[in-house]
Formats: sequence, structure tokens, C-alpha cells
Amino acid sequence: MNAPPAGHGDPRVAFESAKLGLWTFLATEVLLFGALFTAYAVFRAKYPEMFRSEHLKLNRVLGTLNTLVLITSSLAVVLGVDAIRRGKARLLEKYYGATILLGAVFLCVKYVEWTGEFRHGLYPGTNIFFSLYFMMTGLHGIHVILGMGVLAYVVVLSRRGRFSSGYHTPVEMAGLYWHFVDLVWIYLLPLLYLIG
Amino acid sequence: MERAAEGNRRGYLAERGWRSWAYTMDHKRIGVMYLYTTIAFFLVGGVFALLLRLELLSPQAKYFSDHAYNVFFTLHGAMMIFLFIIPAIPSGLGNFFIPLHIGARDVAFPRINLASYWVFVAGFLVVIASLVSPMDTGWTFYTPYSAKTGAAVATLSFGIFLIGMSSILTGLNFIVTIHKLRAPGMTWHRLPLFIWGMYATSIIQVIATPVVGVTFLLLAMERLLGVGFFDPAKGGDPVLFQHFFWFYSHPVVYVMILPAMGIISEVIPVFSRKPIFGYKAIAYSSLAIAFLGFLVWGHHMFTSGMSPLANAIFSFLTFFVAVPTAVKVFNWIATLYKGSITFESPMLYALTFIFLFAVGGLTGPFLGALATNVQLHDTYFVVAHFHYTMMGGTVMGFFAGLHYWFPKMTGKMLNEKVARIAWALVFVGFNVTFFTMFIVGVRGMPRRYAEYLPKFHVENVISTVGSAILAVGIAVMVLNFILGLRKGAPAPGNPWRALSLEWQTPSPPDTDNFHEIPVVTDWPYGYGKAEGPAE
Repeated sequence: MNAPPAGHGDPRVAFESAKLGLWTFLATEVLLFGALFTAYAVFRAKYPEMFRSEHLKLNRVLGTLNTLVLITSSLAVVLGVDAIRRGKARLLEKYYGATILLGAVFLCVKYVEWTGEFRHGLYPGTNIFFSLYFMMTGLHGIHVILGMGVLAYVVVLSRRGRFSSGYHTPVEMAGLYWHFVDLVWIYLLPLLYLIG
Repeated sequence: MERAAEGNRRGYLAERGWRSWAYTMDHKRIGVMYLYTTIAFFLVGGVFALLLRLELLSPQAKYFSDHAYNVFFTLHGAMMIFLFIIPAIPSGLGNFFIPLHIGARDVAFPRINLASYWVFVAGFLVVIASLVSPMDTGWTFYTPYSAKTGAAVATLSFGIFLIGMSSILTGLNFIVTIHKLRAPGMTWHRLPLFIWGMYATSIIQVIATPVVGVTFLLLAMERLLGVGFFDPAKGGDPVLFQHFFWFYSHPVVYVMILPAMGIISEVIPVFSRKPIFGYKAIAYSSLAIAFLGFLVWGHHMFTSGMSPLANAIFSFLTFFVAVPTAVKVFNWIATLYKGSITFESPMLYALTFIFLFAVGGLTGPFLGALATNVQLHDTYFVVAHFHYTMMGGTVMGFFAGLHYWFPKMTGKMLNEKVARIAWALVFVGFNVTFFTMFIVGVRGMPRRYAEYLPKFHVENVISTVGSAILAVGIAVMVLNFILGLRKGAPAPGNPWRALSLEWQTPSPPDTDNFHEIPVVTDWPYGYGKAEGPAE
């Protein structure tokens, strides 16, 4: 039952293991989205006119707004990591709390967008472009929710006084994951909203 | 603290009760749980195979409906692939022996390791739930049929998505473990070759599996929301599904074979009492196979309507896989040359691997070449080819590993005489079953039909008889395992006089593997030298 301590008890090995593990995991995430990006490339090459006309139906203002929201949230993550490196756990909790809040704002804006599209009769299955749009933003949205969960868990751990300037591996890992979620959106915005 | 340390020095099997298994973070126990689970599915999948062979006794459908036949070959394929052959060696034997081989106390993330097992269990429970309306698409799930059939495709897809997640977690764990937790002095070129095989395997698992995950997700969405990516009526493309599917499912055949090749590289030198020949060539050929494996998926689709140029490129690249594969085979044979060979059961299976895998491997180029592929596509030649590689290769490697490591895992010796009888039955049964399939395949018998032309009758009867012999052989083997577990003589720490680290622990190993982390000063293949263990 009792597992040996991570990294055989050597904290440096444990940190490096966690880091390598997370980067490996991010590689799998890239491949997960990679299939959808491939589908995007295939269908865009096949139906350039459809992509041009359909993408105009998306709400660019809200898309841009959401991009700003996510970039700001990544800034908050960086500030949070910096805070705990200096040993300031309370400050970390504030910054990560702000990130979670911004994630929620992102999802709300996405909700407004989706319902607007539904109102105009645009669903997954309406055409290939909108199928791709809903699949890609949907899968990304799930990742945002998961990321918020991970960040919330880190905040809970921090409140229990688990992190210090010496040990904060989960803080860095959760932050790295959030940056990845952010980065996916940075690709989705031009591909879906700005292709004209 | 003192008592906990003492507890770690009892054999890892000492603790009793279901909780000690369900919540365990000991890589050895998790490996054992995987072994039991996967072997159970191997036996169930085998029963479906026997039912198929039974139906094929006569040219007309006799015992089951055509639909039942479709369901049986789908379940046979899907179970054997996803629930047995992919997880059996990596998650079962790999979990048990990677930390022992590299001189570590456990994998890098024991908690994730346990999670991967329970995600696997959740996955196969969902797969079983899909049996309310069992799949009839073949294990490949090709659209458009899989998007339209009344079978529970979405459920099964979800189950396999979960199993894929478990596979990713395992691969990730192994990559980090091999990078970060090697004992002092255990340099990359002192690693046992099983570890090189497992490392290459883990890379494939981590990179390829998410693609099949998203593919099955899209297939489920196709059925639930009608997204149309694979539906020509909506502007989609069924061939895109095949690309996605094989982008995973071709590399994954190397997830099946590379760990088995690793086992062979361990067993051959031990029972030849000779250092492995061409260590670096074998080690790096594993990585080469993993890399090339990602470039050849299109050779499953030569008749699917890809462009002739794409066909030619995929065919050309396919031949390259033969190079690192042959490098391994030649090095094993060179290891055997002038060795003091003994034929214990692990060695018998290892030699069988080389022989059968050579047949499977050499029939590959017939299918990789465009002209012959068009002739042989979807005939029994294909069935024979991949059973020679997957069963003749991977499963024989798995059996070699089970017999080799049985004393270490259980602390009991197997009855060697019974093991050899089982081996003989398996060897004969396998060849009688599958070699005839090459012949009917070349003569044009298509796969996946419950009925066939009367001119193929004799061969099919021979094949079914072979499958019965094979089944008896496996039954004897399983019986031998059960008897060994219950009544086997106590195993010494190192019954095969092997040099790798796992044999330097007691049988079964203690919970903490090594009381002191060993310091490694040499590679594990110094057989036949004066400084080796007592000869």
C-alpha cells in the first residue's frame, strides 16, 4: 500500500520527473487536437469557398474578446508562479483565483456565442465548417473546464499550506497545462474566425 | 517507520485481502492485476476464434447466423487487440519488470499507475456494456457502415477511448521512469534490451493513442450529432476515417511486437550462455521501428482509393521497416551461434518466436508491394500474415516471458515437462491453423465471410483441427500455471543464472524491490565470462 516517495525521496528528481511527465502529456494533447487540425486542413483544401463564406457567420468581436481574456489569464498564471517562487502563497491563491475567474468568463462568452449560432440555425452537422467549429471549440472548452478544475485543486492545496518557495511542483505543472490550453485557442482563433 | 521498513522486506505477495490489491501502488501488484485481466480476455477472445473456426468447418453457414459470425469476428479482433495484446506485455510484464530492471523501487508515478489500471477496468466494463447490441463492424470500425449499423458503436468507442487513456498513462509513466529513475551506473547502454523495447513502445503509445481517441470521439459524434466528417453525403470523407484509424493502428502493431522482441532479447542470451550480439544495433533498431512505424499507415489502404502517388510512397516506406526488424533477427541468431544452448520452456518459446515471426515478417513485403497487395488484399493471406506476426510473434514472446519470469513473479517453479508438452501442442496447432490460411488466401478465399466456396473445404477443415490442437495446448499451459501457483516447488532467486537486476532479488521480490539501490558497473549480458555468475 505504501508507495515509495516520488523520485525515491529526492525532491529534485521528483520535480524533473513531474516536468518530463507533463511535457509528455502535452505531447499527447497536441496529437489529440492534431487530428482535428488535420481534418480542418483536409476539408479547407477541399471546400475553400465554404470556409470563406461560413466563417463570416462567426462573431469576431466575441472571439477577439475571448482571446484577450485567455491571454490575460495566462499572465495571471505567470504572476502566480512567480509569487510562490518568492514564497507568497496568499498571492498565488489570488492570481490562480483570477485565472479560474477568467476561465469562467471565457466559457460564458463561448456560451453566448454558441447560443447565438444555434438561434441562427447553425449546428454541428449543418455543414463541415460548423461541424469542425463546434468540435474544435467544444474539445477546447472541455480542456478549459479541466484546467479550471486543476487550478482550483492547486488553490485548495495552497490554502492547506502545502507550497513554499522550496516546493511548488503542482503549481508549475498546473500553470504549464493552462498555458497549453491557452495556446490551442491562439491557433483556433485565426483558423476559425480570421481566415477570409 | 521501523515497522513499515520491515514490512517492505517481506515478499510483495505477503499482504492479503482485496484492499491490498485494489489500492496498491506497488508496480508489481499492478502488473499482476493487468496480467490476470489480460489473460482472461485472451481466453475469452480465443473462445470466439474457436467459434469462428467451428462455423468454417462447412462451406455453408451452419451453426450461427451471418450476423452472429460478424459479431464473433468483431469481438475476437477487438478483444484480442484492445484488451489483450496491447496491454498484456507493456502494462503486465512491463509494469512488473521495468523498475526491477533499472534498479528502481517503483515507477515514477505510482498513483497514476494505479489509476491507469482502474481506467482500464472502467474501459472494459463499458466495452462489456456495449454487448447489449454487439458490434458487427470488424475491429476496424470502418465508416460509413460503423456510422449506420444498429450496434452500440458509440458505447464501444467510449470504452476503447478509456482503454486508450489507460495506455497513454502507462506509456507516460514508463518514459519518465526510464529517464529519471535508473540506478547509479545504469547508463543507457547498460539497460537491458527489454527496457529499450519498452521505451520505444511507450513513445508510440503516447504519440499514437490520442489520435485513435479523437477518431473514436468523432465517430461517436458522427452517430450522435451527425457531424458528417466521414459521411460523403455531407461532404465528408470515409477515407479520412481510415487515415486516422491507421495512423494509430499501424504504429500500434509495434506496441504489440516491440515489447515481445525485448523479451526475446533477454531470453536468448540467458539460455545460450553468451553475451547478446549487436547490443546497440538491437537497442536502436527498436527506436527505428517506432519511428518508421509512423510513416507507413497508408499500406492498409492501397485499395481504398488513395492517389497512386500516395500508394507508391507508402509502399516504398513500408519496405524500410524490414531493415531494423531483420537487424534484430540476425543479431539473435548470431547470439545463438556457438552458444551453449539449453531448451527450457522460455527458450523454446523464444526460438518459436524467431521462426514464426520470420514467416510473418517475410510475408509482409508481399502485402507491402502494390501489385501483390491488390491481389491478396482482404484474403486469408492477410489473416495468416498478421496471426504469424501477432500470435506467432507477440503471443509467443509473451509466453516466453511468462515462463521465464514465472518463478520471479510467483516464487514457484513451473513443471517443465508439462510446459514442454504445452509448447509442442501450441507450436503444431498454430502452424496447422494458420499456415493453411496462407494457401487458401493465395487461392483467393476472402476473409470475414461465414460461407465460402466448396473448393476451400479441405484446407478449412485442416485449419479448424489445428485450432483445436492449439486450444488444447493453451489449456495445458494455463493448467500448468495454476498447478505451478498451487503446488510448484519454491523458486530460488535466480533459477536461470541470469545477470539482469531482477534476478538479484529474492523470488518473489520484496515490496521495496531492493533493500539498497544497486550500483551498476556492467551491462547485463556478460555471460560465459569468468567474472559472470557461477557457471
